[in-house]
Amino acid sequence: MQWIYLIPALPFLGALILVLFSRAIGKTGVSLIGCGSVGIAALITLIAGGQFIGGGWQQFTLPLWNWLSIGDFNIGITLHLDALSLAFTFVITFVGFLIHLYSTGYMADDPDYARFFACMNLFVGSMLMLVLADNLLLLYLGWEGVGLCSYLLIGFWYKDPANGAAARKAFIVTRVGDTAMAIALFLLVQHTGSLQLSTILARATQLWAQGDPTVTLIAFLLLGGAVGKSAQLPLQTWLPDAMAGPTPVSALIHAATMVTAGVYLIARTNILFILAPAAQATVAIVGAVTLILAGCSAFVQTDIKRVLAYSTISQIGYMFLALGVGAWSAAVFHFITHAFFKALLFMGAGAVIVALHHEQDMFRMGGLRKSLPGVFWVFLTGAASLVAIPFISAGFYSKDQIVWLAWSSANGNIGYWLVAIIGAFITAMYTFRMVFLVFFGEEKTHVHHPPGRSMMIPLYILAVCSTFAGFIELPHTLGHITMLSDLLRPVLPSVPLQFESTGLEWVSQGVAALLSFLGIYIIWRSLYIPFPVGLKEFWKNGWGFDMAYDRIFVRPFVLLARWNRRDMVDKLYTGLAGLTRSFHRAMSATQSGVLRWYIMGIVMGAVLILSVIIWRQYVV
Amino acid sequence: MILFLFILILVAGAFLAWLSAVVNKELPRWIALLVLLFELTIAAGIWWQLDEAHRWSSSQWLYTFQQPWMPRFGISFSLAMDGLSLLMLVLTFFLGTLSVLVSWNEIKEKTGFFHFNLLFVLAGITGVFLTMDLFLFYFFWEVMLIPMYFLIGIWGHGNRVYAAFKFFIFTQAGGLLMLLSILGLYFVHAHNAGAYTFSYFDLLNTPMAVETGRWLMLGFLVAFIVKLPAVPFHTWLPDAHTEAPTAGSVVLAGLLLKTGAYGILRFVIPLFPEASHYFAPGVMLIGAIGILYGGKLAYAQTDFKRLVAYTSVSHMGFVLLGAFAFNALAYQGVVMQMITHGISTGALFMIAGSLYERLHTRELGKMGGLWPALPGMGVVTMIFVMASLGLPGLGNFVAEFLILAGSWQAQPWITALATVGLVIATIYSLRIMQKVFFGTSMREYKLPDLSIREGLMLIPLIAAIIWLGLYPQPVIDAVKPGIPLSFQTTTHHQQDVVIHPPK
Repeated sequence: MQWIYLIPALPFLGALILVLFSRAIGKTGVSLIGCGSVGIAALITLIAGGQFIGGGWQQFTLPLWNWLSIGDFNIGITLHLDALSLAFTFVITFVGFLIHLYSTGYMADDPDYARFFACMNLFVGSMLMLVLADNLLLLYLGWEGVGLCSYLLIGFWYKDPANGAAARKAFIVTRVGDTAMAIALFLLVQHTGSLQLSTILARATQLWAQGDPTVTLIAFLLLGGAVGKSAQLPLQTWLPDAMAGPTPVSALIHAATMVTAGVYLIARTNILFILAPAAQATVAIVGAVTLILAGCSAFVQTDIKRVLAYSTISQIGYMFLALGVGAWSAAVFHFITHAFFKALLFMGAGAVIVALHHEQDMFRMGGLRKSLPGVFWVFLTGAASLVAIPFISAGFYSKDQIVWLAWSSANGNIGYWLVAIIGAFITAMYTFRMVFLVFFGEEKTHVHHPPGRSMMIPLYILAVCSTFAGFIELPHTLGHITMLSDLLRPVLPSVPLQFESTGLEWVSQGVAALLSFLGIYIIWRSLYIPFPVGLKEFWKNGWGFDMAYDRIFVRPFVLLARWNRRDMVDKLYTGLAGLTRSFHRAMSATQSGVLRWYIMGIVMGAVLILSVIIWRQYVV
Repeated sequence: MILFLFILILVAGAFLAWLSAVVNKELPRWIALLVLLFELTIAAGIWWQLDEAHRWSSSQWLYTFQQPWMPRFGISFSLAMDGLSLLMLVLTFFLGTLSVLVSWNEIKEKTGFFHFNLLFVLAGITGVFLTMDLFLFYFFWEVMLIPMYFLIGIWGHGNRVYAAFKFFIFTQAGGLLMLLSILGLYFVHAHNAGAYTFSYFDLLNTPMAVETGRWLMLGFLVAFIVKLPAVPFHTWLPDAHTEAPTAGSVVLAGLLLKTGAYGILRFVIPLFPEASHYFAPGVMLIGAIGILYGGKLAYAQTDFKRLVAYTSVSHMGFVLLGAFAFNALAYQGVVMQMITHGISTGALFMIAGSLYERLHTRELGKMGGLWPALPGMGVVTMIFVMASLGLPGLGNFVAEFLILAGSWQAQPWITALATVGLVIATIYSLRIMQKVFFGTSMREYKLPDLSIREGLMLIPLIAAIIWLGLYPQPVIDAVKPGIPLSFQTTTHHQQDVVIHPPK
């Protein structure tokens, strides 16, 4: 398995070639290198996965070279392959490849074709580095690399300053989380003397008892990093704006890379979170709150991509909820199915957007069921999976596992369960509101360019995956297959349950399914739900977070910067210089050459000195 | 002897360059280039053979050179080189070579005198990095100053005379305090140990009263943090950097600031261990404030060079933070930061110079939308902007991470404050890209992208910053023997290891 270094190396190499030789290799060459590097990485991942499963699930570590070595602090550029990184690597390369393939169609007319693929390759490479890293510093390299690529790609159409602002926002907001994560790394260096994941996790249980303040602080800081990258409360504000990038970028950010990094980080350091119950409970609460807030915001958007963006935030909320209640493998399961159906939905939306000549407002779409039947059916498949239509969608199996475990797990309770099913209800409403608005009703905008084959093939593949990927893990009530959780067991502990009840599990699934159908039915009856307009606006603007941050952080900083542009410290020195100069002026004014002033000066001086002498002699 | 030659060849080259201008105005460039390339090769060669050198030198010192100069006063011409000085020399000659290249088209007037000053300032810097006699150190410290004054004052931009004066007065004032401290140390040593000497090695471990040590230490410290510079002594820097010609900015940011950092590592901490520990929290706080305040000011600037100049204030705050954390992680980080900051900021100044050559402005407000016209330069700028905000994979990240991880162990709260600087660095760094390359251009620019000469300058810098980001071990190994023994505990996961100042 020495060759697994090729998995991250190929996309990096692809990016390098595309930066240096884009002109020489021509457009076909760019497509070949851009898609090929990720495609071959996906193939290698498949082979590695085959060997991994065939070879007794043996974890594999590949040291490439020594990065830093100071005393007993050693960090290597070392890759680590186990079930968890394999699952992520597979999704990143496979879905990533499909997105690249789709992009060859979507971006075909863009003058910066090569730059686009270079950034996309770099993105995939960084994300692979993140999930294959054997230590937290290398993970941090991938982590920040992903941030950079999101910046480059969200601001890809750089001529519009709004895109640049969205790109900077994404980078800066996630960097706030990264700073918290950096401090967690300093704490880990201080207390465990290492950043190697296996060492940290082994030493953590020896160093800290459950609930120890240090490990709690570390877990909270790691959570800070995770909420930044995964766009959870309170750092979720960058993701809706990230829609400024080309649609395949959104698909890549939302489905295969970037936003799932936080899920990966928490799953990877699960031992630290288990040692810090307060932090782990916070993960669940963050997830629960986020999934509701984002669901409500998704419901009132008019831009199709923003609906999907809020939907992503909400679905990652489910994953955080799963992590928070200790359902580690359920979170990974939902990550996999979500990657398929969200990539499908985004690229389906992209096909619609291109077909309607870059129209993103859902209220100007409609009736596309007839003019774009292929897109309609795949989009419907994705929507069904997002809504978790029972039995026939992958989303059903993964989401219902989370819904059920939110209650039945030892850390769960009925409150989480309620939130989860209400979330499912909202999901059904906003998803089918989108489907009905876009594909049903009257045609409002005429179709210009029906999507070509390079765009449709990835959609068909993803539609198949969104339907059947759920069968790798089936609940007790239906077949009871545990392929994924068995595979992940050596890395992720299994869920401790507070009770087991097949009957209640049926009830949970039944209620969730019923609510989903109810949601669809309500929205079918009427697309306009009579909420107060003010509330809708509030939801549409993401619950006022942007405005609050703008008032609390951005404006004071900008004002302070403007006000002190010329650096008040310098006033001290210019003041000193000015004082010296005015002394000089005062003194040189006395040197006037007029004799009577000199005599006057002498007399005054003499009088002064004499008075002082007399004063000292006789008066005091 | 080789150490003496490093300086001698530079001085000889300086005079030769000046004289050669009589023959041909282009000749000084070639002489300066050859001299610096030669020295770079030698210094890099020593680094390459470092293991070899360490084999026959048991201590941290690789080479020493000693000639009596004024024995009556205990002054000798004493030079020595360890890993730290070696790295600084490599950096000096590397950036020196690039400064010659960067001036190729920019400097048309008085080329002979320009290259005389350039080589002379480099000779002074080389002396500062090598000398082990405090009297000689002060001498070289002043030697750096005067040619730099001319470089800014003669070949600078609009407000050059003001900037040159300001630079001179600040550095000179700090230098005088250092001179007082040097003399104080000299007499204290004579009084307590019975011998008049300026030798660094003899003055180490001078017995002195605690109070005396603290006052003497402050004299040195002020000189070095003015040069570094730290808030509130930083205000000479934006003026000097902005008004200097590109080569001057590169030498100032890349090298002169490093002499301050070097002075702290070489003199302040080893000569005054007790006082250093005593003042450490305060100094680290100054460092953290510098990181934040410099970053905030950088964000506010509208002049490209001034913006980059303020980022130096921010980045040098890390040096102060790490140097006074007293552990190996932070110490390694500080040396790394000295090198990577020299490279990344040097590169940004070169880019500013190249843009000025094309647009004849440094105003960010007049740029924008340059990406289509200058894609090559855009990619290069992106790399160094990312280096400046501390993107992992580039050298600056290694430096900042090591400094912060090390200083966290000494002062967690101050370090947490400094870590916020990472966010501010992101804010001001991305502003550069947006203002210069993104957005729409006001005019349709038809500009030449990177020329071959510019490529020759920038590609080595890119290679260096990536290499230091992914494989910094050669630097770490070179520095290692020189780290004071009391620093060697890198991490104290046994919790109770507290570093006590040596009595």
